[in-house]
Amino acid sequence: MNAPTLTRRGFNKGAGGIVLAFSLLPAEVLAQAAAARLPGSLNNNRLLDAWIRINADGTATVHTGKVELGQGILTALWQIAAEELDLPLSRVTITQVDTSRSPNEGFTFGSQSIENSGVALRLAGAEARAILIELAAKKLGADAAALKVADGVISAPDGKRVTYGELAAEANLKREASAKVRPKPASEHKIVGKSIPRLDIPAKVMGGAAYVQDLRLPGMLHGRVVRPPRYGAKLESVDEAAARRVPGVVAVVRDGSFLGVIAEREENAVKARAALIAGAKWSGGDTLPDPAKLYEHLRSRPAQTTVSSEKKATVLASAKVIEATYNKPYMSHASIGPSCAVAQFADGRYTVWSHGQGMFPLRVDLAKALKVPPPQIRCIHFEGSGCYGHNGADDAALDAALLARAAPGRPVRVQWMRDDEFAWSPYGCAMSMKVKGALDGGKIVHWDYELWSNTHSMRPANPAGNNLLASWHVADAQKHGSVTNVPIQFGGGSDRNAVPLYDFPSQRVVNHLVGEMPLRASALRTLGAYSNVWASECFMDELALAAGADPVAFRLAHMTDPRAKAVIEKVAAMANWKPGEKGSLSRGRGIAFSKYKNLACYVAVIADVEIDRASGKVRVREAWAATDAGLVINPDGLKNQIEGGIVQTASWTLLEEVRFDRNGIRTRDWSGYPILAMPDVPKVSVELINRPNERPLGSGEGSQGPAGAAIGNAVAHATGKRLRDLPLDAARVKAALG
Amino acid sequence: MAINLKVNGSSRSVPAEPDTPLLYVLRNDLQLNGAKFGCGLAQCGACTVMVDGKPVRSCVTQIGTLGGAEITTIEGLGTAQKPHPLQKAFIDEQAVQCGYCINGMIMSAKELLDRKARVSEADVRDALAGNLCRCGTHNRIVAAILRAAKEMGRT
Ligand code: FES
Ligand code: FES
Repeated sequence: MNAPTLTRRGFNKGAGGIVLAFSLLPAEVLAQAAAARLPGSLNNNRLLDAWIRINADGTATVHTGKVELGQGILTALWQIAAEELDLPLSRVTITQVDTSRSPNEGFTFGSQSIENSGVALRLAGAEARAILIELAAKKLGADAAALKVADGVISAPDGKRVTYGELAAEANLKREASAKVRPKPASEHKIVGKSIPRLDIPAKVMGGAAYVQDLRLPGMLHGRVVRPPRYGAKLESVDEAAARRVPGVVAVVRDGSFLGVIAEREENAVKARAALIAGAKWSGGDTLPDPAKLYEHLRSRPAQTTVSSEKKATVLASAKVIEATYNKPYMSHASIGPSCAVAQFADGRYTVWSHGQGMFPLRVDLAKALKVPPPQIRCIHFEGSGCYGHNGADDAALDAALLARAAPGRPVRVQWMRDDEFAWSPYGCAMSMKVKGALDGGKIVHWDYELWSNTHSMRPANPAGNNLLASWHVADAQKHGSVTNVPIQFGGGSDRNAVPLYDFPSQRVVNHLVGEMPLRASALRTLGAYSNVWASECFMDELALAAGADPVAFRLAHMTDPRAKAVIEKVAAMANWKPGEKGSLSRGRGIAFSKYKNLACYVAVIADVEIDRASGKVRVREAWAATDAGLVINPDGLKNQIEGGIVQTASWTLLEEVRFDRNGIRTRDWSGYPILAMPDVPKVSVELINRPNERPLGSGEGSQGPAGAAIGNAVAHATGKRLRDLPLDAARVKAALG
Repeated sequence: MAINLKVNGSSRSVPAEPDTPLLYVLRNDLQLNGAKFGCGLAQCGACTVMVDGKPVRSCVTQIGTLGGAEITTIEGLGTAQKPHPLQKAFIDEQAVQCGYCINGMIMSAKELLDRKARVSEADVRDALAGNLCRCGTHNRIVAAILRAAKEMGRT
């Protein structure tokens, strides 16, 4: 009998493969399968006019669900829309997110804005233009294919013309996008690909109103909040009278252990807050782990363990095995401006102005905390101080709403004080990474990687709870949401970049997601990627050293992705890398690479460091980065992001660690959390490999993993000592040098 | 009580106590957005303004100590139509990410350019050592200040 053998290939090709593929899809994807899947954020916001409106004066108004965080995203999206619409930038306005009118695009995070919002605007813009051309063809009695468009004017070969403004009333954009109209090819781009000056900069250098902090509404009051002295402490009593004696105090608000005050004048709100702090009695509270044993503690806690990647091949017993453990402490967003929000409660409805990363998700948790249906809350985005993930912005929004409830009709502006920000904004997670590598014939034959971390995703709108701080403190307290991890196929969370891009014949990557969260943590720029690239790329150098190979050549020898190779080779050329060059006792140089999330931009970084052997202080003298982000929308904006990421990472890597003891957080001001200052900032050169025919890749966070590991490798190169615990501060380096 | 202040060349009366930090008065009473609250502890420089030509941290400067001193804020440097060379250079160099630190950077740089006839890159970095930036915009900030210095004949 000739029975077919079921090979893997055969199985995937057969009908069984198709059934299998569908049954693995989550329910909501299946539900949407009825309507065709549309690219980017068009899929969830399918009407063209959710994105683009053509106005009677010939201008266009463009909506996006993504928010400006100082990364220049609104400018890039504005360029994309104007390009496809064939309108000059001056006739296109892009709006800030407002839940009463914007498309719901969730959060602005993970360097995904260009890939989601940008794709939607590109296709919606092209389709809107096609609709206008079709209308014009009828009006002008000409063939649509013969019409030309420039600056919002459509002209026929016989010279007759009609403007977008004249067609606006008839152009029906209240229809579902088809995503069938092909956007312009890169060769026809006139606006995309140009370094257009950012929209938001002039106001920021002139003292214009640029931030939610600058919002000044009629009758506005000033609020301040008082937080518990430690996690979990309960407010037993408070001397409200002392606070009320401060002039202009309108209300002291106490709800369980949530405590705040509103006053006519800001300085009086600050004084009243001090009076409340002095007169408050708290009890209980959590005991934190011993900071000296943080990583052992983390690795010993119960965890959900999953395998992020596994590839098996025989490893000979003769292979040389080395292993190491790397650690990263809690880090703070350390935004220069503390979190701030304005809220107004009138006629049972709330209006909230916030610098959070997602107005729609914020509204979900505000509604749960305030116990009103979401449509009774309107959230409007205004920029805040630089935001590197999930900081206290959303929490301040609930604080403002809770205080505003005590002064109906009047807007209340809440600004956190510096200690609120350092002690209560969620941190970037502490992480521990164990890595083992086997070498045979100078090549890596097996890679074994395990990591331990809390979740990096405790943002609002988790269905299992409420992730806004004050919701845990009010009398009718809510619980925080469940522990989730971004799935690896969407870039991963704690295991982001834990799976190396190198071609190892055998590998195993294991993620231990620890549920117990002693310090409040959530998303900080790159989630787990900074830490995982730190461990993996430092360990690549350890293996290269063991194999007697040059770090650049060793990486290239294990890589097949041509775009990855190209950035490594490019940065080596930029920095004039000399294979086999020895570090001196006080100078060293290191390289590292990653493809962010294994899905986004490719970045390779070389760093040169200088070490003061007496003090142990490390200074990054210079850094080079080569980046491939596919089609580049705004080269200067992209360079600014890559460069800023490297400087911020130098600070993380050399200096940063949230200090705490068993009783609580010790980092309360800048003296407890030094960051890199102007004289220590490295010179940075960035080069882009533009690939106009590749899709644009997210890049806002791409340089941070490789920058950190490049610095670590440079320190090892100089000193001959491998430091595996972050940060590489003077005390640690000095101790290692002996 | 009311206190008189001289801000950007005009005399203003504000209904605040003498121990009120200048920052709150500038922002809330005089509606000047430039100076920012960053720490309230004289640690970050976001609130920098000039008092009689010297940079001060307005978050810890009590208005009662100012007497008739001349206070200059970033709004007093230039306007969108007539920007100060520093403001123009920050736009030309796109030397901003979130921009929250930029007020302090420009005001500290202004004092440096007023004080020194010739400035080097090292001078700029030293003068700004006490101004924190979290976005990593430092190198562009230095480039912008050097561009303005050149424009003003100070390099
Ligand atoms: S706000 Fe004044 S120095 Fe930080
Ligand atoms: S540009 Fe954001 S803090 Fe400097």
